[in-house]
Amino acid sequence: MAISLVSCNDDDNTMEPVGATHGELTLEYDNVVGNRDLALDTDTYTNAANEPFTVSTFNYYVSNIKFYKADGSSYVVPQDSSYFLIRESDPSSQEITFKNVPVGDYTAVEFMVGVDSLRSVSDVSKRIGVLDPAYSEVMYWAWNSGYIFMKLEGESDVIDTPNGKYNFHIGLFGGYETKTLNNLKTVKVDFGEHKASVTGELSPQIHLLTDVEKIFSGSTTVSLAATPVVMTSDYSKNIAANYTSMFSLDHIHAD
Amino acid sequence: MKLLNHTILWGFALSSLLFSCKSGSTDTPEPIASGPTPIDWTKPAHFPDPVYDISKNPLTEEGVELGRFLFYDGILSRNGLIGCGTCHQQAAAFTHHGHELSHGIDDRIGVRNALPIQNMAWNTSFFWDGGVHNLDLFPPAPIQNPVEMDETFDNVLQKLRDTDKAGTTSRVNYPQMFEKAFGTKEITSERMLKAMSQFMVSMVSATSPYDYYLQGDQAALNSLQKEGLSIFKQKCAGCHSGTLLTDYSFRNNGLPPNKINDIGRADITLLDEDKYKFKVPSLRNVALTGPYMHDGRFSTLEEVLDYYDNNQKSSKLAVVELSPTLDSLLKLDPARAGIRISSTEKAALLAFLTSLTDEQFTKDIRFADPGIGNAF
Repeated sequence: MAISLVSCNDDDNTMEPVGATHGELTLEYDNVVGNRDLALDTDTYTNAANEPFTVSTFNYYVSNIKFYKADGSSYVVPQDSSYFLIRESDPSSQEITFKNVPVGDYTAVEFMVGVDSLRSVSDVSKRIGVLDPAYSEVMYWAWNSGYIFMKLEGESDVIDTPNGKYNFHIGLFGGYETKTLNNLKTVKVDFGEHKASVTGELSPQIHLLTDVEKIFSGSTTVSLAATPVVMTSDYSKNIAANYTSMFSLDHIHAD
Repeated sequence: MKLLNHTILWGFALSSLLFSCKSGSTDTPEPIASGPTPIDWTKPAHFPDPVYDISKNPLTEEGVELGRFLFYDGILSRNGLIGCGTCHQQAAAFTHHGHELSHGIDDRIGVRNALPIQNMAWNTSFFWDGGVHNLDLFPPAPIQNPVEMDETFDNVLQKLRDTDKAGTTSRVNYPQMFEKAFGTKEITSERMLKAMSQFMVSMVSATSPYDYYLQGDQAALNSLQKEGLSIFKQKCAGCHSGTLLTDYSFRNNGLPPNKINDIGRADITLLDEDKYKFKVPSLRNVALTGPYMHDGRFSTLEEVLDYYDNNQKSSKLAVVELSPTLDSLLKLDPARAGIRISSTEKAALLAFLTSLTDEQFTKDIRFADPGIGNAF
């Protein structure tokens, strides 16, 4: 598969400078629920607690991205260009292309789910793009200065409130003055026997799956009936711990 | 003296020489310097260094003026009526005088008493629970709070951008004001927040009788006030310390939890040890900022002192709650929680507290509503 894709690209070879040192690499976050694609509002899924649920909003920040080579060396995406908000409602947000990636065979990607503590307390001039507190998707707690790292919302018949809605807003970077809960999680996805080969000609696409089902399972089985609203509470740490395992590699397009 | 003049002249000559070299190279006359007029902001001599980093947001006349308009303009709220100045009124040292809890948009009631806006550059955190750690990040909170302004920050920026469009109902052309303050008409979160910070940083209260006393004017306080000051130092300054009359810490002063069981600082830190702790407020202008406490439960300073005295024989307010987080300074008397204050001491303390009223500040036209606000 990879080989045939490479040969398709042969026509372009003349355009590439000999001995290119840098190339492009794309990271794709494909949101799914178990073995089904995630569809907002329309589809009903079942969580580990055997509760039916729909999803109306699914957003999460990824930041501090780092690509590893087999020899353990790595390419760290420049800090100011390393904050992204993945939104199920916006397909263009789910594909991130990095330019100027040193050529080489990459075997793993590491990233933080959320916004690191340094940026969480930075001057407002550093809060641009998806970090802008005016950002329309409102991934920011104004009353408790900090970003919402992961937001999952929807409905479930098992929720005993008038609107039957659940809201998981998971954030908390460890506190500014007082040391408090830190839900920042760093995730490393190993590509196994696959690799992403960045060359002058090849701009591989790393296709990751983000499985919403994992938010409800793992070290804690999260019940929508028991905890339909989880925001700045201690319980949020259970959901953060669960979602560290929601990322996996699906495949890598070589070109 | 002659030598000094000589040096200054040389300095001028040198700088104009440099100038002409620069402009000479492009063959165009140097444009007359325009842009915002810097304000040389200096802290009052008897104040500590500010916490706010003014080097990252240098004050300008146009920036402060823009901030003042934004502070008072109801455009920040969903219905166009509620500005910051609605609940933070100058005559009451920028509090909502007479309101235990403020009523914001559609007369919805908040859960805590509006804190004064003064000397913000020295605040280490904001709100009664310290949930906001930087002045620049403060405005989105009341804007987005459903019981205050109930608007999105994003939409506020859009409404501000639209004020130079045909058919606008705004009396203020904000793109023009942003251009004066920042060089272009672009309206961003950073510019909007920094303009508001500039205005709030400029709101310094440092000209009360107590300030004059601190700076050496012995006659600024009368003898009863001086007596009150000495009692204050013994019995109150453990928390209300320093020139700003607060140590900015969070403490549980024993108030029994109110109906909504407001746990204060613990809402932010999620720590049991912070339950029922609230920020120690500055006492500057305290005679103007009633009602008192985080939920405005006491309407007078007499009640506040009676509460701290916690004497069940003299006060119906004597209810200091012995919770696990009660501040140790309220447990100094093994016989009874609270702070022992006799009635003569109370009179002296009350007299001292009035010396913290800064009328220059509450009447300073630089901080006044430019004529666009609504106060209810």
